[in-house]
Amino acid sequence: MSVGFHELEEAPPPMTSRLEGELLEVSMGPQHPSTHGVFRMNVALEGEIVRKLKPVFGYLHRNHEKIGENTSYLGSMPYTDRLDYFCSMTNNWAYALSVEKLAGIEVPERAEYLRVILAELTRLQNHASLLGFLLSDMGAWGTPLMYAFREREKILDLFESLSGSRMMCDYMRFGGCRCDLPPGWMERARKLVDGFPRFLDEFEKLVVSNEILIARTQEVGKLSAELAINAGITGPMLRACGVNYDLRKVDGYGFYPRFKFRVPLGEHGDCYDRLMMRVLELRESVGILQQAMEQIPPGPIVNPKVKLRSFRPPVGEAYGRIEGPKGELGFYLISDGGSNPYRYRVRPPSFINLTILEDLCLGHTVADVMVILGSIDIVMGEVDR
Amino acid sequence: MSGQVDEGLRSELQKQGIWVTSTQELYNWGRRNSIWPLQFGLACCAIEMIATAASRYDLARFGGEVFRPSPRQADLMIVAGTVTKKMAPQIVRLYNQMPDPKYVISMGACAISGGPFKQGYNVLKGIDRYIPVDVYIPGCPPRPEALLHAFMELQRKIDGQKLTGESKAPFLDANQPSEFPVPAFGAHDLEPPLNSDVFHPPTIKR
Repeated sequence: MSVGFHELEEAPPPMTSRLEGELLEVSMGPQHPSTHGVFRMNVALEGEIVRKLKPVFGYLHRNHEKIGENTSYLGSMPYTDRLDYFCSMTNNWAYALSVEKLAGIEVPERAEYLRVILAELTRLQNHASLLGFLLSDMGAWGTPLMYAFREREKILDLFESLSGSRMMCDYMRFGGCRCDLPPGWMERARKLVDGFPRFLDEFEKLVVSNEILIARTQEVGKLSAELAINAGITGPMLRACGVNYDLRKVDGYGFYPRFKFRVPLGEHGDCYDRLMMRVLELRESVGILQQAMEQIPPGPIVNPKVKLRSFRPPVGEAYGRIEGPKGELGFYLISDGGSNPYRYRVRPPSFINLTILEDLCLGHTVADVMVILGSIDIVMGEVDR
Repeated sequence: MSGQVDEGLRSELQKQGIWVTSTQELYNWGRRNSIWPLQFGLACCAIEMIATAASRYDLARFGGEVFRPSPRQADLMIVAGTVTKKMAPQIVRLYNQMPDPKYVISMGACAISGGPFKQGYNVLKGIDRYIPVDVYIPGCPPRPEALLHAFMELQRKIDGQKLTGESKAPFLDANQPSEFPVPAFGAHDLEPPLNSDVFHPPTIKR
């Protein structure tokens, strides 16, 4: 088996050769218009073809895990918002889920439904803005991003009226959610969700069959299912390779088994499949949201037995994971019975999805690197932590 | 006098279709209405910066929508996000590469002081230790309206800069520094830990 992790099929050429000329080393980033934050790649180019690519991380290393070990369990909740700053709700949920697992806390039914609704809304805004960013990386500068952010702002308005903050929601608590819905919220959310397919129709009509987009994305950055599984790729990127693995189906956390939805699968594992995977997932998310909004029961929003102040879970360890918009987001916590976790570890989907960047980029032109990086969907807050 | 036209004379002449201005007013009017920011995001605040530039908040109303990826073409650096010790030298270098006149907005709690990550071992406690900051925006992250407000404050500041005289703008004075030493990572921390030309730690008087 020749396919391996960072294993090249043939040895890269020497840095200078009389026939091929010199390889040009280019440092892309950390300040680059399409590196999605402060990410740097040292690229060795032969003409325009990428021969080597070395990612350089750590420009946004904010000591998340160390701070988590020195903060109380509840005090880490606002920090999880800032991990993947597009999806604070799903980060909250993953962290709350692992603490609930650690302490054995039950969650009321209404809170569980609300979590599903908020996580799917997060998925809508994350995927919508990803499509905008990916297209602006491809040269459609501005317009698709404006369309995507128009939809995103509507969802952020919902988050703001619920939690008080547009991006850093800090909404979930161990054993439920912080507060109940404000009056009229559900009607507004229903209106938004019902109108969302119109944005998708418009977007697909404008973009998906566009000749330039197809030329830029099809057969670019192909990922084999074998390598994807070996490297631990999760999320839409794995499903674009045709691997049927969605934690919402596999784990069945948070009442997801009660909803009818399909898991879209790709076939080729190229950038086009990754892009389409987001569009198809958006349609499924709209379906989940409509079902959850129909079914949500009245009742308490938080488990009254949980004492959030001076919260001390029993000695033990737990790993809670959810299917975040970018992939499997997990929190691994070890408790020694104190008020702080003994070990606090995040399994960030975008960091692990980024590890195969070199394998995807080799042999493509330097302009394709931006498209491939955009299709991986990284957020540096989560990559560097 | 530098930049001041008598208001009565001006309105009298305007009635007759004559617009009177001074070089300073015209110069500052042009500068303040076409501020080109550096397209440079660090962390969460960068997303709010993009939201400000996008359709709903529309930074273009203030003439600031032309985000330039190259520091050579930029007038304004919006330090949007957490500055780590690995990133601080690059930011100072980018600032040095910007041509005068140049301005800095420190967006969000992290860029001001380290914010929620201040206790972290790898986080710089405020970008104003190395480069001069014109406008600070508190918040984590600040709302797009707050960035618009900072933009308007910066426009007000530009409008008040004098071209001549004793109190002329510092970028017109050849003796004023426009580039600052780039810190490097030493044995334990960034060296030098601060730039004494721009950063003066507050002294507590009792």
